Amino acid sequence: MTKRVGMEVSIAVAEAAKLARAEVIPAYPITPQTHIVEHLSEIIADGELDAEFVPVESEHAAMSCCVGAAAAGARVFTSSSSQGLSLMSEILYIPSTMRLPMVMAVVNRALSAPISIWNDHQDIMVQRDIGWIQTFAENGQEAVDLTLHAFRVAEMKSVHLPVAVNLDGFILSHVIEPIELPDQEDVDKYLPRFKPRYKLDPRKPISMGPVGIPEIYTEAKVAHDRAIKNSKKMIVKAWKEFAEIFGREYHPIESYRTEDADLLLVTMGSISETAMTAVDAMRDRGEKVGLVRIRLWRPFPGLEFRKAIGKAKILAVVDRCLPPGAVCGPVGAEIRSFLYKIPGAPKIFSFVAGLGGRDVTVERFEEMVDKARAYAKKRPRELYEVIGVREQ
Amino acid sequence: MANSDAIVSVKSLTFGCHILEPGNAANFRTGDWRSMRPIMDMEKCIKCGMCWIYCPEMAYNQNEEGFFIVDLEYCKGCGICAHECPKDAITMVPEEG
Ligand code: SF4
Ligand code: SF4
Repeated sequence: MTKRVGMEVSIAVAEAAKLARAEVIPAYPITPQTHIVEHLSEIIADGELDAEFVPVESEHAAMSCCVGAAAAGARVFTSSSSQGLSLMSEILYIPSTMRLPMVMAVVNRALSAPISIWNDHQDIMVQRDIGWIQTFAENGQEAVDLTLHAFRVAEMKSVHLPVAVNLDGFILSHVIEPIELPDQEDVDKYLPRFKPRYKLDPRKPISMGPVGIPEIYTEAKVAHDRAIKNSKKMIVKAWKEFAEIFGREYHPIESYRTEDADLLLVTMGSISETAMTAVDAMRDRGEKVGLVRIRLWRPFPGLEFRKAIGKAKILAVVDRCLPPGAVCGPVGAEIRSFLYKIPGAPKIFSFVAGLGGRDVTVERFEEMVDKARAYAKKRPRELYEVIGVREQ
Repeated sequence: MANSDAIVSVKSLTFGCHILEPGNAANFRTGDWRSMRPIMDMEKCIKCGMCWIYCPEMAYNQNEEGFFIVDLEYCKGCGICAHECPKDAITMVPEEG
């Protein structure tokens, strides 16, 4: 039996990569991801993990190295945050269309300017369209479990795509939580040796990453889009297998007290725990409020989302990212376009909260719920509102 | 530069767009956007093979008499062969039309 021990979540995620027997780990340190790669470099140096740690000169090089290692057929892990993730941007689109599996823990942090090392989701939202499978963890245990799940999904024959596991910087990464690290034996059962469909091998030469002339580019992009859309079945299957071996169940969308709710909060990541507390408080006062949490962001699990919102009349969608000049935050925009003109669709209000490490408290969630109710009666001028702005 | 051989459907596209057959670029006519072509003066040529060694497109092939003949299906007109020829036997001339 495995037992739960108090552990910093970053260390636990690094231990998950170790349990997954990652073979190549190219990484560059950046706050708040540092402890993950630092711990991995230590355990590799100590001989606890038989892997190649590549201390690259930048994140651009880190991701380039990941692509090369995955092309050679290795099980690859890396991690980044914020400016570092942005520096990878040029390369991030490449392993996905080239169908190279790898796993990256993205420890979410704001983007400059002004300089901020604190948590929000701007870093990954900038990379929304890189074509990677993207999941969001709510707590430390989930960050560990999603990391293992990411390896399983990425390497499935029909998936063969990179996976980004998002965990909130500091709020998750630097917090000590009770975590159950699974047994190596069980992880080995869950994650058989990686057998790539194709790899670079001088005995059987192939070329990867050729030019896509106009006659081919569209088809290549459509093939990628279909692959990631079709991956949802396998993502769910890998969660089922996970539950069978490790006993913890995960779904693309989670619901909390949504039964008979007329208003639902929609969240991603660690603020969902505070949102649940807020829902409990409002339920105690007799308000019919619930919570829907998006765990799987890409591919967007539309059917599951629609099922989860049931007959709710109002959605208060929380974005942790403010795209200047846009109609609203990316999660809000996604849900709006998904539900547009669907008969009986709820009214949707978008809130931006928790930028650059600003706390999102129970009171803030209550404020969003009250405002969404008021806006349902009288339509506001803007499609979104930033919560907690000091005007004076 | 449309090449009918390169037109494939989403279904027939290789996995991840990989090229699974080594050297299959030889199947495609890749030299048709050339603006200059190399012309060899056989009188001056000493069959040293420098053009064959330096051509980045491997467009030269040796014939039975030992001369190196350019295959214009693949030549890009870069002029490296003309630059490297020790006997100035290669001249670059503009493509007409
Ligand atoms: S011009 Fe360039 S491509 Fe053409 S034969 Fe000479 S070296 Fe080769
Ligand atoms: S480099 Fe000049 S001399 Fe040598 S084989 Fe080619 S054409 Fe002839």
